[in-house]
Amino acid sequence: MSTQTLDRPRPGRVTPREATLGVIDCDIHPQAATPTEVLDFLPERWRAYVREYGGLYRQPLSDTLSHPRMAPDVARADSWPPTGGLPGSDLAFMQQQHLDPNNVEFGMLMPLNRGPGNQRNLEYGAALAGAVNDWQIAHWVERDKRLRASIVVTQEHSPFAIAEIEKRAGDKRFSQIMMPPKCLEPHGRRRYWPIYEAAVAHNLPIALHVGGINGYPPTASGWPSYYIEEQHTNVTGMLSLITSMVVEGVFEQFPTLKIVLVEGGVAWAPALKWRLDKQWKRLKSEAPHLKRLPSEYIHDHFWLTTQPLDEPDRDSDLVEMFEIVGFDRIMFSTDYPHWDFDEPKFVVSKLRIGEDKLKRLLSGNARELYGLA
Amino acid sequence: MSKKRHVVAAVDEVPPGSRKHLNLAGREIALFNLGGEFFALGDKCPHESGSLCAGKIVGLAEADTPGHYRLSRDGEFVKCPWHGWEFDIRTGQSWCDPTRTRARAYETAVAAGETLVKGPYVADTYPVRVEENYIVIDV
Repeated sequence: MSTQTLDRPRPGRVTPREATLGVIDCDIHPQAATPTEVLDFLPERWRAYVREYGGLYRQPLSDTLSHPRMAPDVARADSWPPTGGLPGSDLAFMQQQHLDPNNVEFGMLMPLNRGPGNQRNLEYGAALAGAVNDWQIAHWVERDKRLRASIVVTQEHSPFAIAEIEKRAGDKRFSQIMMPPKCLEPHGRRRYWPIYEAAVAHNLPIALHVGGINGYPPTASGWPSYYIEEQHTNVTGMLSLITSMVVEGVFEQFPTLKIVLVEGGVAWAPALKWRLDKQWKRLKSEAPHLKRLPSEYIHDHFWLTTQPLDEPDRDSDLVEMFEIVGFDRIMFSTDYPHWDFDEPKFVVSKLRIGEDKLKRLLSGNARELYGLA
Repeated sequence: MSKKRHVVAAVDEVPPGSRKHLNLAGREIALFNLGGEFFALGDKCPHESGSLCAGKIVGLAEADTPGHYRLSRDGEFVKCPWHGWEFDIRTGQSWCDPTRTRARAYETAVAAGETLVKGPYVADTYPVRVEENYIVIDV
């Protein structure tokens, strides 16, 4: 056995005051307690379709994940409700285990169930998106006023996505639109622009939570062998996505569009900005529609979430990295009930920063972005 | 503050391979039976404070070179239910960061009911019967 390890400083202590600061959790996963709980919100035509044919993701072995996860149902081992059912399916247990003890003022729901945006049958995908959205309201938001729904859409056929956005726009129980980062084409491509136009028209941010089943290998050189490799593609996926949206000119076309990247990390952002700025200075004749430095578009249009927190050996390195990214663009998230959940007190213990910045990160930025009161 | 001896369970109540959650003098403690021996760890993972009592009991997967795997020390580690950090149940030592990270370990012993009833340790929180053996922890 090797005992060669770095001399790693201990995390800072959390003061009683910091331990009581409220948080806005930008990543909570609600789960259906039974296989039919969401499907019950479908019109009968699509309930029959699911019974007879089932959904078809854009991959073989249609209803599975591309890589086995760290833990059953990707969940914290202690998050299985005592009442039975899957982690994240029992509101009372979620309140008892997470919302109440962690002082969650608002929680943004990130439903991943069965991926409406990844369905090959577009009509079924659109019906399923509507069902997931109705289910979020009925099962979650109406039962706990701290929770906010995300408008799930079928991004591969924008008329369906726009119809769903327009159906929900103005309903304050929905705080944002949700799309997968893994789509059929890079996010800057024009096929997705009508969705961005609708988002801007209704003043709704778009959240991109890692994942999506588009049928492509997660790395540029094919299928990796290990989950640890596949998990890291959450980072490379975000790099490609930002680059595409910036370079294709999405933010020139939609200067008020706001994008939230969920669960993709933070520490890589400065390196991406530096590199794109360097290349833009040399190559801007190729993309003359870009009027500003790529780093400026990135700062103005992207919000990043903390979980899974980057854990350098020195906490001060994390603070420095957050300073470079900007404390105005980082929002707290836990990923409850998934296995790589971050505890608020743990995140606070890593950030020896002034109260103003800490409050911005824990709740202020999200409160402002989503207009939460 | 001087330590106090707590009677926490009858030996039969925590069979080999099982664990019991305890709250002693305000501390959360995870008690494990490893092959008939009892070990107690602070019920708080030193990483993010997940409850070790809710963790899986596991062995180690090791490989000296890629492709040559073996499982060893079956049942001797508890794996945090959150991020999967593994701790030696006997010592609380972390497997991934053994020099710097460990879960707090507490002394345990087994005592006959007869001795406990007579004192000097008064079992004030647990009903003790003369004919049984009990697990005791000093906290």
